[in-house]
Amino acid sequence: MTSRLDDLRDKTRDKLALTTFKLAILRSFTVEPIVPLLRSEAFAHGIDLEVHVGDFNTYVQDMLDSQSSLYRFAPRAVVLAVRTEQVAPELWRDFADLAPEAAQQAAERVVRGYEQWIGAFRKHSQSALIVHSLERPSSPSLGVLDDQSEAGQSGLIRQINRELRRIAAGFHGVYALDYDALVARHGSEQWHDERKWLTARLPIAAGYLLQMAREWMRFIVPLSGRTAKVLVVDLDNTLWGGVIGEDGMAGIKVGPEYPGAAYQGLHRALLDLSRKGILLAVCSKNNLADAMEALEKHPGMLLRPKHFAAMRINWTDKAQNLREIAQELNVGIEALAFMDDNPFEREQVRAALPEVTVIDLPKNPLEYAAAVRNCAAFERLTLSAEDRQRTEMYAAQKERSGNEQTFQSKEDFFRFLEQEAELEPVTDLTLARVAQLTQKTNQFNLTTRRYTEPQIAEMTKQPGWHVFSIRLRDRFGDHGLVGVAIAHDVGEQCEVDTFLLSCRVIGRTVETALLAHLAESAAQRGRKRLEGWYLPTKKNAPARDFYQQHGFEWQVTNCEGSLWTLDLTSCTLRCPDWIKLKVSDGVTEGNRGGKN
Amino acid sequence: MTASTFEQVRSVASDIFGIPAAEITTESSPETIENWDSMQHLNLVLAIEEKFGVQLEPEDIEQMKSIGAVAALVEKLQSAAR
Repeated sequence: MTSRLDDLRDKTRDKLALTTFKLAILRSFTVEPIVPLLRSEAFAHGIDLEVHVGDFNTYVQDMLDSQSSLYRFAPRAVVLAVRTEQVAPELWRDFADLAPEAAQQAAERVVRGYEQWIGAFRKHSQSALIVHSLERPSSPSLGVLDDQSEAGQSGLIRQINRELRRIAAGFHGVYALDYDALVARHGSEQWHDERKWLTARLPIAAGYLLQMAREWMRFIVPLSGRTAKVLVVDLDNTLWGGVIGEDGMAGIKVGPEYPGAAYQGLHRALLDLSRKGILLAVCSKNNLADAMEALEKHPGMLLRPKHFAAMRINWTDKAQNLREIAQELNVGIEALAFMDDNPFEREQVRAALPEVTVIDLPKNPLEYAAAVRNCAAFERLTLSAEDRQRTEMYAAQKERSGNEQTFQSKEDFFRFLEQEAELEPVTDLTLARVAQLTQKTNQFNLTTRRYTEPQIAEMTKQPGWHVFSIRLRDRFGDHGLVGVAIAHDVGEQCEVDTFLLSCRVIGRTVETALLAHLAESAAQRGRKRLEGWYLPTKKNAPARDFYQQHGFEWQVTNCEGSLWTLDLTSCTLRCPDWIKLKVSDGVTEGNRGGKN
Repeated sequence: MTASTFEQVRSVASDIFGIPAAEITTESSPETIENWDSMQHLNLVLAIEEKFGVQLEPEDIEQMKSIGAVAALVEKLQSAAR
């Protein structure tokens, strides 16, 4: 069996770097058949586990004696796997024979013992210590009477377990493993095998040895640092039942009733992960608009776009998308976990990116949530304030940096933004901001002419001068007044004196909306041509190709810059259809500019 | 004891004790197989139970003193189950 494990290690090592980890198991029962299961589970998490098993029931000596084989082994972590029957025999057998005071004293003696051993352990070693809680008897000696008092057999063992949690919390790196709950989860009758206990001191039935190994892994994985920081999820038949592109909003299954409830169960498990600081991301082969509609609007969805730190909704292969997600979130590829109902996608990711933790979703969606909750890669042994807020921090960052890369095309992204622009002639209320923008804006500024408030105010009084401002709102909030255009009519043409846009909103086509309005309003005033200079500076390269991209014709280049014109009689320049543009005439006190 | 039961037990034992199946005979026992200690005995019990879908009683485990005895035991339990 050992040689098979060595083969497994070699095979794993070919694909990903293994973290070595030394684990000691102190025990009061046979754990040897669990060790190979534990080591092979560990390989699956990228951990090469070296295991030292203490002698039967020598755990006290091992912990107290600084020269013991335990400390010589220098483990990274130690499991104290001791059963009630050995550590508290008087509470386990003949309990009914004990006077209440004697029973209480026995329980306190057990707690003092643990306190002493754990204290000594901490003195001799900085290793992590994982302490099994004590299981309660499945059939207490007094039957149902036992449950009528806190001082019964079960009550006292519960009391010991509470104290064990308190002791563990008092030390750094000492953790409680709720063995009693583990047994209960699988059912005491199934978990135990009395024959093996009596013949080989193995209390756990063969079918549950793996469960014991997996419970230990939930501590070993976070201790070894091989945890996943991001869970990337598929959408169709993973976050909801059905295929959004085919079944539509009304057809997909997600909600409080069966079968949609299975998916809500998964949503809750994912939300719990994000509360532990694990980021969520989407990787789905879908049409963006279909998928976003479901994520945003489906009433059964507990998860919304704000819960995802990154999204890749496209038809690219998933391995490539996962690489991009890791890059976008600034984590290594080994920090990703991946969940998909489609075995093909899972295998593809496994083959291309062996570092990624791939979660094998069970066939039945009702079991999805448990598959996530039981995955050791998401276990954490401590939680910082930052962990709790990580999702929000990433969400804010994502909004600031823009999330164009999520979308198949720029147009998709622009539609997703739901931009609403409001265009109006400068007013008393906007004068200060307009002047400020002419003074501060460097990048997207075609002429970089700086104006003071009085200068702008003076301009608006001159016939033929038009000063426009544009405000922008989108799904991420109100950007305020972000653009300014100043034009004046000279004969048959309208000259663009100033055209600028705050760098916050460059590249999302609001500039096109502003320019289109300049052209339309000039045409309405009977002008034949729109004319504008591009005056290069050290900083305004982003505006260099602006006129050319919008159908202007180059006229001349001199030492200051280049002149471009647009024929308004044949002009097709329009506000992009993804921007909702509202043009107001801005008639307020002091406004003498504006459209004529 | 049929040849096929013996073959299957032999293959399980070969895995557990880490020795070639060809070296295992019906006479092989803890005395002749170096690896056959109490822990490997437990592993053998677990493997036999899993492979043949049988439940070994403490008395059965006592009797598993050679590979031939193990194979005979498996057949007895299987025919009892039928």
